[in-house]
Formats: sequence, structure tokens, C-alpha cells
Amino acid sequence: MKGAEAIIKALEYEKVEVIFGYPGGALLPFYDALYDSDLIHILTRHEQGAAHAADGYARASGKVGVCVATSGPGATNLVTGVATAHADSSPIVAITGQVPTKLIGNDAFQEIDALGLFMPIVKHNFQLRSAKEIPETIRSAFNIAKTGRPGPVHIDLPKDVQEEELDLDKYPIPAKVELPGYKPTKMGHPKQIKLASSHIFKAERPVIIAGGGVNIANATSELMQLAELCNIPVCTTLMGKGSFPENHPLALGMVGMHGTKPANHAVSESDLLIAIGCRFSDRITGDINSFAPHAKIIHIDIDPAEIGKNVRVDVPIVGDAKLILNNIVSNLIKISMNNNGNREWVEYLQSLKKSCTPKMDYSDVPIKPQRIVKELMNVIKELNIERKSIITTDVGQNQMWMAHYFKTHFPRSFLSSGGLGTMGFGFPSAIGAKIAKPDFKVISVTGDGGFMMNIQELGTIADYNIPVVICLFDNRTLGMVYQWQNLFYGKRQCSVNFGEAPDFVKVAEGYGINALRITNPEEIEECLKEALISDEPYLLDFAIDPSEALSMVPPGGKLKNIIDPITEHPNEKVICFDEIKRRFLEKGSNKNENALLEELSESEKDEGIKV
Amino acid sequence: MGSIKSEKKEKNNETHTHIISVLVLNNPGVLQRIAGLFTRRGYNICSITVGSTESPNMARMTIIVKGNDKILEQVVKQLNKLIEVIKVSDLSVNMCVKRELCLIKIHAPNESSKSQIIQYTNVFRGKIVDLSQESLTVEITGNSDKINAFVDLVRNFGIKEMARTGLTALMRGPKILKSKKS
Ligand SMILES: Cc1ncc(C[n+]2csc(CCOP(=O)(O)OP(=O)(O)O)c2C)c(N)n1
Repeated sequence: MKGAEAIIKALEYEKVEVIFGYPGGALLPFYDALYDSDLIHILTRHEQGAAHAADGYARASGKVGVCVATSGPGATNLVTGVATAHADSSPIVAITGQVPTKLIGNDAFQEIDALGLFMPIVKHNFQLRSAKEIPETIRSAFNIAKTGRPGPVHIDLPKDVQEEELDLDKYPIPAKVELPGYKPTKMGHPKQIKLASSHIFKAERPVIIAGGGVNIANATSELMQLAELCNIPVCTTLMGKGSFPENHPLALGMVGMHGTKPANHAVSESDLLIAIGCRFSDRITGDINSFAPHAKIIHIDIDPAEIGKNVRVDVPIVGDAKLILNNIVSNLIKISMNNNGNREWVEYLQSLKKSCTPKMDYSDVPIKPQRIVKELMNVIKELNIERKSIITTDVGQNQMWMAHYFKTHFPRSFLSSGGLGTMGFGFPSAIGAKIAKPDFKVISVTGDGGFMMNIQELGTIADYNIPVVICLFDNRTLGMVYQWQNLFYGKRQCSVNFGEAPDFVKVAEGYGINALRITNPEEIEECLKEALISDEPYLLDFAIDPSEALSMVPPGGKLKNIIDPITEHPNEKVICFDEIKRRFLEKGSNKNENALLEELSESEKDEGIKV
Repeated sequence: MGSIKSEKKEKNNETHTHIISVLVLNNPGVLQRIAGLFTRRGYNICSITVGSTESPNMARMTIIVKGNDKILEQVVKQLNKLIEVIKVSDLSVNMCVKRELCLIKIHAPNESSKSQIIQYTNVFRGKIVDLSQESLTVEITGNSDKINAFVDLVRNFGIKEMARTGLTALMRGPKILKSKKS
């Protein structure tokens, strides 16, 4: 059998169902082997789309997503997607073609140092040098991607290795792989767990920060047990959304720069912080010195390097969140902790929560984004698809509006690029999510800027008829940047406004995709219903108010100091090409070509003298 | 209580030199992986030595880093995360044997300077490994202080060229670096 066939066999052994990819010269043997296989291959329109789709697939399902790209430019196009998965601990295996081994290092056509390129943005990577390494390497790659703290693994696959003959009987796919340097800790240290339990027992103002790790570890029911048993309020990070139902009385919403007031107050005033699977990024902590100033901190994480990296920790517990929470809960049951504690604290936060219920039922034209979020929640409820829907967001204001206002109740149902903040993630990741969960409704909420970064994937959903519903928050600006320029750079708007183009409805129609433009808030509900009930791809182009801003904590500020900014309408003047041309010609007009040549030879003379 | 706390803080922020011994799988790219980690995270490497070990599929790196306790903790943890790293150990400076090798080509145009350098070399238990009309090449092994002292001593003759390996080290006693503790 050829190496390429062995790779397919090894992928099948890992129960891979679908590959997102884009072919090329260095992958011809691989694609030829795919011809005879039952693996589904989704041809995206750009390798970045393939990587994000594999990532979305992984986030929605918890299974390893697979993407492939050819050598050189294929590999570089994959980079943003792989880095995005890395920043959010999403398990994907990325395979790149490579020039034949004997040409490596010769700057061959479409050669790039893929091993070096991916090294800093993957959990691990391999370069295959001979076909007999295939069975063990593929096994190891999947093992590494999905265990411990999950993450992307990259495999560089030279063309001749794909063509080399391999006897799979002689080099069988191993049932288990031995990686001497890789032994993730699962069980938490019993002593630390005991200590944590006693801190929780004694605390008067405890609060939980649930991060993405809770979703990844499938520890949501354990989190619920702990919160309810001890009456502890819960806030989440962006990645932690869905780990705790946001309609629960103990839920405080998201914490941090774009967090809710009750969440930020809870953290700032707490005497015990229980952080689970979160990494205390600067978007969560704000000014690190005034972060949770009165609290002892318990930090549970599977990655020991995350503990103590950004904040001081009193009780570090390394291991799997599900097991550790389970242990803490049974400890607390043993010492008969009950949920009557923390009453005043919880009541205080709940009253704070009530006092800042956000207004969402605007009927303004242009539409306020809050109104869309509200209608979206209502329609999802009405159609009874709360358990069967997945939201992906892009990056920017659209992401923060969704994070802030959209109530998420189930794990793996809110997918967003948190760590890297990659514009262009939202739409292709929705494609992956829909393929992972074909019976779910998948809604891609995106800004116009981010949508245009991977707009070509409209071709993918059109060709395969993948019924993703795109909710485009169309404000014709790079909203988030525009807001920062307004707030922190004296309203000097610079390169944040788009003009009239494109007509998104026409673009979608060009791909044969249903599209509606919505300018009146009263039409939102009906259009959402139409799109969600149909089993077809849809683009809903909502014309929203570009001056709408988000409440936020200024970067590096104290979490309690939330500001509610008001921005003005975009008024940036965009210069057109005619003007650019005029300015260039004006500069150059007093020099004709001969004069330029003379100037050139003058400067050569100058250099000659210097030497 | 307050004073103890502040003392502790001061200690944490003090910069020390650490000897980190890393046992790695001898795979292509492993050096780049480790060097890349240091660059990316902004850790300062003073020196790094790599060489084979008792087992052919493993190599030992000895990395000298400067940093406070917090940085060092991160260095060790981040190294441990690498799949090809079998074991990382922060060798406490006093509990290990450490050696560096240095080759120095010294200007020695006449007999008197040659014989003087040979004498110095003997005192430092070094070796003359090459000789020419106007130069001597000396090999010196020892800890860095010893080598620094020798270098200072012969500086006045004129050092034409010098190559130092950087420190390499092993723990004292029967303990060895084995697989990563989990
Ligand atoms: C690939 C990439 N480039 C640039 C940025 C910086 N950035 C963050 S938010 C943002 C504006 C996003 O605009 P849009 O997609 O229209 O969404 P909105 O904020 O208007 O909802 C930009 C440019 C980024 N996060 N990712």
C-alpha cells in the first residue's frame, strides 16, 4: 500500500468522519488515495476556511477536527486558523503537504519550512521522513490533540512519503502509543482538594469564574453541583459561556473588560475566587494589581503552566476539572456544607443584577444590535431549539454584544475566537459546527468586516447546501476599532469605515443563497423564523446603528470602573483613487523620466565617492 | 506578618542564575523547539549546551537562564509542556557538578611568553593543545569562575580567539533525571 493510503487508513482508525481541505501539488497522492475512501472531504474556498471549519467542528463536538492544505502557500494560509485553535485549546490535526524529502532545504517550488512555521502555534508537530512512521505518528498526533489540555497538532507530509510503499502488516497501527515526555495529570492532589474545600466552606463572599476548560472537560454538571450545593454565584469568561446556564439565579454573566456589572463587582468584592479552566488573560483581569484584591484564589487547571502565570494563586490544583470538582463536591457533602451559606452575598449580587437588566427592546431605525439579540433569543425559544442550536460569533462588537446579551445555557453552543480574537473565524467555524452537529441549527453572527475576511466560503455552503444561517451585523464600520478610536483617541476615526459596497444580498444571491436585508426592527422576528425554519443556507443582512457602543472597562483599568460610552456617527472621509492618483502625480509632475534617471546616476556617483 | 510578606516578595523578584538540565528526545527540530520557546516567551538564555547521553535517542541540554523565581517556574513549566521533553530539572547550584570547556588561542611570539603561559596552564590544570610560532592554544575545563580567572590572567598576552562551550552539568549523588513525573 502507498503511504497516502496508510494515512487514510490511520485517519479512519481515529474515526475521522470528515476532512476540510484544499488540494495542491504536494498533496496529489493524498487526494488520489482519498478518491477510494469513504471519508467526506469538504472543499473550502480558502485554507483558512478549512482550518476554522475543522476548529468549529472540534469545538461543537469535542472530537478532533482535521484540515489539510498543500505545501508552501497552502500551509501559510492555514496558519491563522491553526493559531486560533491553539489559543483556545481546540483539538485539531492539521496536515500539510511538503516537497519530496530529497528537495527539502533546496528552496524547491512551493517549499516552506512548515515545521518551523507551525512550531510556535501548535501543541506539537511532526515531519514524516518515511512511510513507516505513518501509523505511529498519526496515532500520536490524535492522542496529543485530544488529551490533557487539547490543542492543534500539525503533521508535515512530504510528497515522496505519500508515494512510498508501506506494508501495514509489518508496521501496524499501534493500539496505544508511548510518549515518554507526555503524561498529563488528571487527578488533582488530594491535599489541595481538601484545602480548597475548607476554603469554600469558610468563605463568605465566594465567586466562581468558569472558563473554557469547564466546557472542554465536560464538567458543567459538576460545576452546577458545586454552585448549588454551596450557593456560589458563577460568572464565566468568553470561552466559559455555556458552562453554566445563564438563566440560573446564580449566574452573573461574563466577567472582564466587556463583562457585566454584577460579575465584575462580584470578583472585585469577593473573599474567595474559584477559577476553573481559565487563564486570567488581561481581558479578564484588567489592572492586575486591583484584581480581586480581597480574595484568596483557588485555581483549577489541567495545564500547570497556567497556574501562577498571571495572578498569584493560593490553592493551585492541577488536573481534570470534572474529576476535581467531583472530589470537592463530595468533600463538601461530607462536611455537610449546605446551600444556606452566603445568603447576603448572593442577594446583594442578585439585586445588582436586577438593577442593571439591560434594555434590549429598542425599536429604533437603524436597528440596535440589542434588539436583534433579543429577537434571536425569543425565536430560538419559540422554535424550541434551545438545546439544538449553536451560535458562532466573529470578533468585534458583534462578538461582545452576543457574549454580553445572548443567554447561553448549554456547553459547546457558543463558539467564539477568544484567545487570538481572529476576525473571519465566525462564518467558517459555523460550517464546521453544522457538519459536526447536522441536526442543530447553526447561526453565524458576524460583523461585516469579519464576514468579508472569509466571505468566499459562501461558495462552500452553496455547493454542499450547508444550511448555516448568517446574521450579519452590518454597520459598515470596523465597529470595535471605531469605538476605541472614539473613546481613547479623541474621536479621530482612521480607516474604520467601509463605503457602500458590497450589496451583501446581491453577493449571496450570486452564490444562489437566500438573502434578506432587514432595516426595520419589526421584521427581525419574521426573517429569523423564515431562515431558521427553512433547511437552507441564509444570509440575513441587518442594517444596524453604527454609532452603537459597548459598555466596557478601559484596557488595564479596574474591573469595577465600567464605562458606558456614547459614540457618534461615523464621519470619516474616505479618499478615492482619483484623489490618490492626483496627489501622486502632483508630487512626481515636476520630474520627468530623464530627470529621474539623472538623479539615479547621481546617487550612484555619491556612493562611489563614499567607498 | 506584614514584614515577612514583603521580604518574601523581594526574594521572588531577585534575579538569579539557574542551571536547568533538560532531557529531550533526540528528534530533528528539538533544539529549535526549545530555543523558540525561550525567544517567544522572552526568557534570557546565557548559554545552552546540547549533547548525546547514555541513550542514543535522547539528548541532554544544559541551559543557563537568568531570572527571578517566577520566571524560572514558568521556564520549567513551559519546558515540561513540550512533548519531546522527557524531564526538566532546576539543578540547585550547589548540588551539582558543572563544567565548561574553553579553548583559547593566545598571542605568544617568544619563548618567555610561551613558558609563562605554559606555567599558568599547569596551575589551572589545563592543556596545551596546539602550538605555532606566535601562538599557543590552551584547553581549560572547569566551572565558569575558574575559566574566567584564567581568561583574565592571560588577557595581557593578547587573546586571539576564544571558544567557550557554556556550562554543562549533572546532579551530584546517585539521583538521575528520569521520565517526567506526572
Ligand atoms: C484578523 C484580524 N484583523 C484585525 C483585527 C482587529 N480588530 C478587532 S475587532 C475589529 C473590527 C471588526 O469589525 P467588524 O467585523 O465589522 O465587526 P464589528 O466590530 O463592527 O461588530 C478589528 C479590525 C482582528 N481582531 N483580527
